[in-house]
Amino acid sequence: MIEVKNVTKSFGDLTVLHNISAVFEAGKTNLIIGQSGSGKTVLMKSVIGIHRVEEGQILYDGRDIAAMSKKEVFRLRREVGMLFQGSALFDSMTVEENVRFPLEMFSDKSREEWNERVEFCLKRVELSHAAKLYPSEISGGMQKRAAIARAIVLQPKYLFCDEPNSGLDPKTSLTIDKLIHEITEEFGITTIVNTHDMNSVMEIGDKVIFIHKGHKGWEGDKDSIFESGNQDLEDLVFASNLYKKVKKYHNLK
Amino acid sequence: MNLFEHVGRYSRLMAGVFTKPQRWGILFKQYLAEIEKQGIQSLGITIIISIFIGSAITMQMVLNTENPMLPKYVTGLTTRETLLLEFSSTILCLILAGKVGSNIASEIGTMRITEQIEALKIMGVNAENYLILPKILGFVTIIPVLVIFSMFFGLVGGYFIATTGVISPAQYVMGIQYAFNPYYVTYSIVKSLFFAFIISSVSSYYGYYAYGGALDVGKASTNAVVNSSIIILLFNVILTDLLLV
Repeated sequence: MIEVKNVTKSFGDLTVLHNISAVFEAGKTNLIIGQSGSGKTVLMKSVIGIHRVEEGQILYDGRDIAAMSKKEVFRLRREVGMLFQGSALFDSMTVEENVRFPLEMFSDKSREEWNERVEFCLKRVELSHAAKLYPSEISGGMQKRAAIARAIVLQPKYLFCDEPNSGLDPKTSLTIDKLIHEITEEFGITTIVNTHDMNSVMEIGDKVIFIHKGHKGWEGDKDSIFESGNQDLEDLVFASNLYKKVKKYHNLK
Repeated sequence: MNLFEHVGRYSRLMAGVFTKPQRWGILFKQYLAEIEKQGIQSLGITIIISIFIGSAITMQMVLNTENPMLPKYVTGLTTRETLLLEFSSTILCLILAGKVGSNIASEIGTMRITEQIEALKIMGVNAENYLILPKILGFVTIIPVLVIFSMFFGLVGGYFIATTGVISPAQYVMGIQYAFNPYYVTYSIVKSLFFAFIISSVSSYYGYYAYGGALDVGKASTNAVVNSSIIILLFNVILTDLLLV
């Protein structure tokens, strides 16, 4: 579980996050949503520890990241998996080498155990057939799945996903969403997904936190969005004609 | 950014680079890969350039030492001194700043803009040490080999010209052996070690702090080559003053 308590973050005179508090529970897919420029990426980066916050606390299972030494932060990072918007796979390595990399860096287990773990992770994301290919030789969806395999290879307690569906078609996006959701439940990971893809919200939003102009605008689950009563949230979620129709249908029901 | 800010940021980066590696085995594997990539793959261009420059220097020396008061072997002697003292260390390193420097800056810069460096950091990897240290160690290790090859093939290039009849090969060979001072080879290699460090570290610096898109990687690459070259020229004067004068 990750707790964010009264976090405020500024860049110079510009305050990007205002007194935000939230609890991201383990075994659940926690979504941070908001318009572009709302502060959701800053919130995620602050939670990961890339940005230092001026006020407030970020607690990883009770451990305050601000109070940690550099060594402790490095150790904590080994409990963290991250899926980047652009996958961020290492170009010079094959898919298999990418997935094995965190093990080579941090695991003291034997080579056989590494191979087993890599095989398991690739199988879990259905990418065993592409193990020997380079990132440039596989599709965007496959790159995302490879990045997920790399993110979970060290059995992380916390998984961060930054715009996991960016650049993917709706069907592939759904596959990635489901995979993230399944892995979260299967391994009891605390997953935080930063997205503005409303399909993701409706599919995997166990918990949704809406950030609006640096403030927490709303908090709930995917089913309660329809009754949120928050105009800013509704403007974001039901912006497209499709979702306007969905809402209309829901209200009629 | 002004010069002092660059120096400060470069020093901070180097402090991160020269720390204990997280895995010695991985460092060694990358170190060997960098020797191959930066050194062995530069052998071809080093040999070609050295042969042609050695040939050109010999022809120019023949023209400049036509005075009957000067013995014919002076051509070989002056070709050797030019190659040993300046070409095979400084000029070769300026050329390699273009090849190796732009390669390092664009590789690290691309990793930066595609979030690969962030991925390393979030995994808990010391990205500076992991990415840059093998490049510096690899290039500093291989540069003496490139310098020796350059010296040898430069002299071979001069010999080719001697065989065309402008001077006799025997006079040329006598010239390159005459009053040989082995310290000049040491001087040249010591200079090249400094230059290799400058090329690999300055190029890594520009790549590491590249932000934006493909255009910015291009800019970082250009800055890496230009600034490495200027620093090499500056250090050439300083080192010559310290080691030779």
